[in-house]
Amino acid sequence: MRKNLIKREPFSDTQLLMTITIGIFVIMYLSAMGFLGGGFLHFQQICDMLNDNASLIIVSCGLTIVMIGGGIDISVGAVTSLVVMSCVLYLNNDGNIIVSILLALGIGLAFGLVHGFLISYLEIQPFIVTLAGMFFARGMTTILSNNPQKVSHESFAKLRSIKIEIPWLGYTANNGNLITAKMELGVVIAFVCLIAIFILLKYVRLGRCFYAMGGNQQSALMLGINVKRTRFLTYVISGLLSGISGFVFMMHTGAGNSTNALGMEMNAIAASIIGGTLLTGGVGNVAGTFFGVMTLTTIKKIVVSSGLNDPWWQDITNGGMLCFFILLQSIVLSRRNRNKKAKVKV
Amino acid sequence: MDGKVLLTMRHIKKEFPGVLALNNVDFTLRKGEIHALMGENGAGKSTLIKILTGVYQMDDGEVTIDDNKVFIHSPQDAQNSGISTVYQEITLCPNLTVAENMYIGREDSAWIRRREYERRADEILTKLEIPARSTQQLGRCSLAIQQMVAIARAVDMKCKVLILDEPTSSLDDKEVNMLFKLMRDLKAQGVGIIFVTHFLEQVYEVSDRITVLRNGELVGEYRTEELPQVQLVSKMIGKDLDELSSLKENTDSEKEEGEVFYEASTLSSTQTHPFNFKIRKGEVNGFTGLLGSGRSESVRAIFGADRITGGIVHIKGKPAKITKPIDAMKHGIGYLAEDRKRDGIIAELSVRENIILALQVMNGFFKPISRSESEAFADEYIKVLQIKTANRETPVGSLSGGNQQKVILARWLLTHPDYLILDEPTRGIDVGTKLEIQKLVLKLAEEGVSVTFISSEVEEMLRTCSRLIVMRDRHIVGELKGDDLNQAEVMKTIAGGKA
Repeated sequence: MRKNLIKREPFSDTQLLMTITIGIFVIMYLSAMGFLGGGFLHFQQICDMLNDNASLIIVSCGLTIVMIGGGIDISVGAVTSLVVMSCVLYLNNDGNIIVSILLALGIGLAFGLVHGFLISYLEIQPFIVTLAGMFFARGMTTILSNNPQKVSHESFAKLRSIKIEIPWLGYTANNGNLITAKMELGVVIAFVCLIAIFILLKYVRLGRCFYAMGGNQQSALMLGINVKRTRFLTYVISGLLSGISGFVFMMHTGAGNSTNALGMEMNAIAASIIGGTLLTGGVGNVAGTFFGVMTLTTIKKIVVSSGLNDPWWQDITNGGMLCFFILLQSIVLSRRNRNKKAKVKV
Repeated sequence: MDGKVLLTMRHIKKEFPGVLALNNVDFTLRKGEIHALMGENGAGKSTLIKILTGVYQMDDGEVTIDDNKVFIHSPQDAQNSGISTVYQEITLCPNLTVAENMYIGREDSAWIRRREYERRADEILTKLEIPARSTQQLGRCSLAIQQMVAIARAVDMKCKVLILDEPTSSLDDKEVNMLFKLMRDLKAQGVGIIFVTHFLEQVYEVSDRITVLRNGELVGEYRTEELPQVQLVSKMIGKDLDELSSLKENTDSEKEEGEVFYEASTLSSTQTHPFNFKIRKGEVNGFTGLLGSGRSESVRAIFGADRITGGIVHIKGKPAKITKPIDAMKHGIGYLAEDRKRDGIIAELSVRENIILALQVMNGFFKPISRSESEAFADEYIKVLQIKTANRETPVGSLSGGNQQKVILARWLLTHPDYLILDEPTRGIDVGTKLEIQKLVLKLAEEGVSVTFISSEVEEMLRTCSRLIVMRDRHIVGELKGDDLNQAEVMKTIAGGKA
């Protein structure tokens, strides 16, 4: 009897959805290399994608945690924007870089704490709370400055200009010069965050509690998990990552603008979903989210390289892709469940 | 085999606003015994369990484990005292693996030692002979296995008292046997098991002792072999059998003649075993049995309210296909649901809107009933059924239970059904209204409407029905009519005739 039941079951739902995303990303990128060539043939393309999206990767990680826990945080873009503006103004006022980092973390943390408290302990709908947070942060950004502000801080400019050069991934340009692949410092920070969250979700007790809570809140409670505290922490982490994201964003653009990171929360949600995180909670993985971001970006690049330069083409293709992924996920999952039922009957 | 006393509950009292849920209840559990806790709905079983698991706080009384007084204020306290509970609904996380489910919430370090948990989980699963692997995703195991994983978790927590609250209600026979084997193994290891169920057969198959509660009071504690089933039933329902034998109710003359309105053979839904059933025009019959015996599930199958899995239905001799409530409604069948809050009234809507609801659905939403028409209907039925409401626009939610019930009844009467199914129409309403509803049922029958009537109160059924279908453990076990329609006979049949 036991023998029968020992069948290999290598993939959990999370892993399966993530594998699909990675597969699609790879296929998409390879076909872009084949059909479009050009930039796609150089590693710099991937570096550019990472440079442009380091902050998106960071907020998406936070959002993935919140979504695994069964919640939502739509304030991340606005908080990022507020952090950028605050730090820019502070640095331009002869600020200190270390203090500006602390400021970024502090703003993010403050939003996370308030959101977490309202959602977990006062049991207000996460959508409403973070919507309010979004308006609030966006409003604050505009109050701080209605006009774009460029960072004129000297040592920050130095920090910004630090690039990680990878000569062996470079290429020789037509004029014979070697052009090395360049990666910004923000990408390193993004990867550190990504790995930290990956470890948290996979190897730390708290991470498993996020999954349990998202899977079935009532059960999690009965299993002895402090659900309120766990939910609180998801929003705190998300807030903190928004703060980091803000700083990385500033390192990338070097300027603050009240429309910074506009719509970033939606891209982050899309990336998480494409990466295999379910909106219903309990299923997801930051590695998938990373590939979600990369997939979205690749689409963008492909659209641009195809000469469809108007921004709506990106939106339309992103919308189509998101729809496609969700459909694919639900088909895959329902097929799996159907197989399971059949198995039980035997 | 009287084991050492493991758990005692003495003089437990629990009051909810307006209801004394438990009054001076004692309960004793010994080491290595399976103790069935029995009682009808509202007897106080679940309140008692919830006090033991820390969900409710008792108002008075004391609990001891191993002769030490314990205070249980939260589920956590209960776990620390060695009390584990496996609920009817699986309280595990389907998206985690079996091992994770067994160890989450009680790891001793901040890091997950996955390999070790999986090894330990596999050990326990093997020891308890549970056919699952620690690395499987829980949601992909069958319900029985999930239930057993929950038990394995409890066992691994070194629980002394294991509470199984209706563990078998969603399992099939084979799975139930697997569970029973596990229970006996645990019993041999000295665990005290409290077994709550409504399946009588299962109680007799597996339990050593039975404690019966009724209306929040202790009826008594018995050794299972000393309490015949029929006595258990009478203790649960609260009528002494000898006293009942002398009662003879007047029954209606049978309507053996007359056209058969509805006939089903081997009808089954996801919730029922296949059964045969028929009702004649103008006949009142009823399903009886203990709570959970399948009486509601049967009528829900007739109405198409659950997913139908098989069977042939004839209406007025013609084959009919009823798979959804709207099909049944189109064939002139009305169904008044057991839980009027959940399936019946829409509390925010007015009396008038609630009354015309079924008719509106029948007509289709594109043929609205005019305002004046609906007002006329509402006024008519408020008068006929004497619904006590301020006016026809009062929200139904503000009416008393009995009047809410009348509103739903009016809703179905308005569709002029040929066949009306009333599932517990008299629950939670005052005696006067109960009588009115019973009279109404008989009046409808005289007018040629067939009625199936379900009530927890056997007297009520005897007064109204000319034929009673008795159910036990989701099977029809008897059909009573004529002279057999008396309480003693009903109870004997419910209990399985083993008096």
